[in-house]
Amino acid sequence: MAAGSTYTPIATNTLSSAASSVTFSSISGAYTDLVVVCNAGVTASGGYTLAMQLNGDTGNNYSGTRLSGNGTTAASYRASNLNYYFAGLNMPDTLTTNVIFHLMNYSNTTTYKTALIRMNDVGVGTAAMACLWRNTAAITSINLSAEVGATTLLAGSTFTLYGIAAA
Amino acid sequence: MTGILGGLIGSYAAATTAYDSIATTTVGSGGTSTITFSSIPQTYTHLQIRAIAREKAGSGSLYNGLFATFNSDTGSNYAGHFLRGSGSAAAAGGGGTQTSMTFGGIEQGDNTASTFGANVIDVLDYANTSKYKTVRTLFGYDANGSGYIVFASDLWQSTSAVTSITLTPANGFAQYSSFALYGIKGA
Repeated sequence: MAAGSTYTPIATNTLSSAASSVTFSSISGAYTDLVVVCNAGVTASGGYTLAMQLNGDTGNNYSGTRLSGNGTTAASYRASNLNYYFAGLNMPDTLTTNVIFHLMNYSNTTTYKTALIRMNDVGVGTAAMACLWRNTAAITSINLSAEVGATTLLAGSTFTLYGIAAA
Repeated sequence: MTGILGGLIGSYAAATTAYDSIATTTVGSGGTSTITFSSIPQTYTHLQIRAIAREKAGSGSLYNGLFATFNSDTGSNYAGHFLRGSGSAAAAGGGGTQTSMTFGGIEQGDNTASTFGANVIDVLDYANTSKYKTVRTLFGYDANGSGYIVFASDLWQSTSAVTSITLTPANGFAQYSSFALYGIKGA
């Protein structure tokens, strides 16, 4: 079995001021999976999850299934025909929301793209998601926002993109 | 290097590379019934399998177990538990004295075409010969109207080092299913 070092940092973006979105573009197809690690909050809390759009697709081509817990109750929820991947539960106006996106087999051009997502916030709860983008295109750009500009992301929010290459 | 608190917590050394790709299998035309990673090197601390997968045929159950064994052991030496969400309710379950693990699950073949479930499977301390082996998995799929998200824990009641992993879902693997094995080093 051949072995090779991987899990490579590709890019990091730390917001120096509040912004409506963050974009990773011109993503190489040299990896097998992408991982996006986020610590974020929003300027106006009260109903906005972190949202991801792929390749500039703003159509209703996304969906997701969520399992969540808030310290009292476990619950599950589904949303179909959305215009973004939704990342768990709503974010507060503090930098306490952590989200990790696993974009699996992102560069193949045969299958729709599935993401596994983990989210936690000490004041809100924890969640896991399976999300689908109904498109067979390789993922070449990623846009992150608070529900597509519904509010802005806090200054100090960090977003790091990693690539994992299979043998 | 030695940490500032080295006198209290000991020395530590920086690892050069911590996460290595070991092997990958992608299913070709016609599908396959079994995927095996064999001769797994014993030079890592943990293993991780990252996959997209779908069964070759459907069974009307939305998802099934991704049945897995270590070292070809088909005895009743496995146990597991899960917590899952169906899109409308959370549920939990599990069992002992099993002949295989489930690794979360696998999307079955009757679901919407071109959708593939995903698994991130961690096999912890796999080379240790003093304790039973624990696996944790995050599995999920969404098909725009159906889907599951599953946390799973599996146990192999053996102190042997894991040298091979065999995956055998009930309805085989569909073409384009892909499994990648990685090794994670300790310092």
